[in-house]
Amino acid sequence: MSATLKPYLTAVRHTLTAAMCLTNFSSQVVERHNKPEIEVRSSKELILTPVVISRNERERVLIETSVNSVRISIAVKQADEIEKILCHKFTRFMMRRAENFVILRRKPIEGYDISFLITNFHTEQMYKHKLVDFVINFMEEIDKEISEMKLAVNARARICSEEFLKRF
Amino acid sequence: MAERHTFGGSLTSITCHAWNKDRTQIALSPNNNEIHIYKREGNDWKLTDVLNQHDLRVMGIDWGKNTNRIVTCAADRNAYVWTQGDDGKWKPTLVLLRINRAATCVSWSPLENKFAVGSGARLISVCYFESENDWWVSKHIKKPIRSTITCLDWHPNNCLLAAGSTDYKVRVFSAYVKDIEDQPQPTPWGSRMPLGNLMAEFKNTNAGGGWIHAVSFSADGNRVCWVGHDSAINIADATNGNNVVRLKTEFLPFLTCDWISINSLVVAGHTCVPLIYTFDGSKIAQGGKLDQSQKKTAGGISARQIFTSLDRNARTESSDTILESIHQNAITCVRHYDGDKTSCKKISTSGIDGQMIIWDLTSALNNKMQGLKL
Repeated sequence: MSATLKPYLTAVRHTLTAAMCLTNFSSQVVERHNKPEIEVRSSKELILTPVVISRNERERVLIETSVNSVRISIAVKQADEIEKILCHKFTRFMMRRAENFVILRRKPIEGYDISFLITNFHTEQMYKHKLVDFVINFMEEIDKEISEMKLAVNARARICSEEFLKRF
Repeated sequence: MAERHTFGGSLTSITCHAWNKDRTQIALSPNNNEIHIYKREGNDWKLTDVLNQHDLRVMGIDWGKNTNRIVTCAADRNAYVWTQGDDGKWKPTLVLLRINRAATCVSWSPLENKFAVGSGARLISVCYFESENDWWVSKHIKKPIRSTITCLDWHPNNCLLAAGSTDYKVRVFSAYVKDIEDQPQPTPWGSRMPLGNLMAEFKNTNAGGGWIHAVSFSADGNRVCWVGHDSAINIADATNGNNVVRLKTEFLPFLTCDWISINSLVVAGHTCVPLIYTFDGSKIAQGGKLDQSQKKTAGGISARQIFTSLDRNARTESSDTILESIHQNAITCVRHYDGDKTSCKKISTSGIDGQMIIWDLTSALNNKMQGLKL
């Protein structure tokens, strides 16, 4: 783990642990509804100040908390065009299957690549510390995944071009 | 030192629980629209009744100790008073709360002739039985509540009511109903008490300070303590000019608090461990952790453990799944099990992890903190 990644992930972990203190909360605007307040934004007193944790200008995490839900948006490092394409394909693949990922949001927040929405119903069913672990793990893995894919794409491109140029 | 109990073999969250007078029966809601009544038989719990009149999640239960009536409220905007028939079954009576949002919390008054229901409709319903019409009627306390009421507690004089809400404020109201009771004696909170009169109002902090999760009057009724989402413990003293003493803690926010003696209180919440704090009139100090569990050292790892762990989590080590504390998720409810606010020997806590745990305060304090005065 590089020198800046560890403190970055530690900061995210601590912020998430504090942000994921959710309670059940029925809507105070619509009768018999129970909606994630961070999405409906019906009353401003139920929403806390959002936190941005950034490692550099491209890699950052936005954590928005409300009384019964927290929204975590991640901007993934994209150094060049290939990484941009790979990241886009990768996140799109997952977000299309958001139902199977339970806490994944179908659309990312503007300016970020992927968003999670965790409500009190999730923290009731799952261990909170494991949810935090999952998000941290995801952040570690997605960087690794994209750089691996990039290497694979480059290697494949190299082989292709070699084969192609053999003819000349 | 701590007894662990689970109900019906399931680990679904327990929203809240309440005891009967002799603590042989417990009413709890398994995080849905039902209320289950369990009776203790040795170390087992026998399900004696299921109360299923509500059609949305039950938010509050309170068991009237002396009148043996249960009051429940739920997110479907209704409250029911349950009385036990001769055959042991509980019969509901609907209470007309006249609210149009979820009811969030309910509490019998000390004399159990009325109860209060907090709601998301930004009001408190104070309900009492009108024998002429043979039903429960309610009176509203509206001003100046600006958001959902999250918690309530009665003053021992049966008239004052403390309420915390998500607008970051704790308020003390008068809930004196002149139809059913005599004029109350003056208290340090004030002497004029028509229904709905605001006796005191406390901001959690001047800069906001987060939603209030729990309030509690002390046994003499002169102090009120509350916990909010800023992880601080606050105590206001009416005999000392409503002076507020605050202690910021390093823990995650507390969801519940209650007095266990004149000078000490127990708090619990997202940290999963109940904590004791003492108040000497000028400052709050930590008295101790009730949960002294240590992280279990991994004995031999069985092959089965590795396979189940691989199967569930796609990882080989499983040791970090289980928290060090006995409760595995946030504690949402604390009740007195043996004793009351003046002196309490045992408390019970229940939480999102579906466990109900009875803590022995005397042995915990004797072992760990010799000489601590409660």
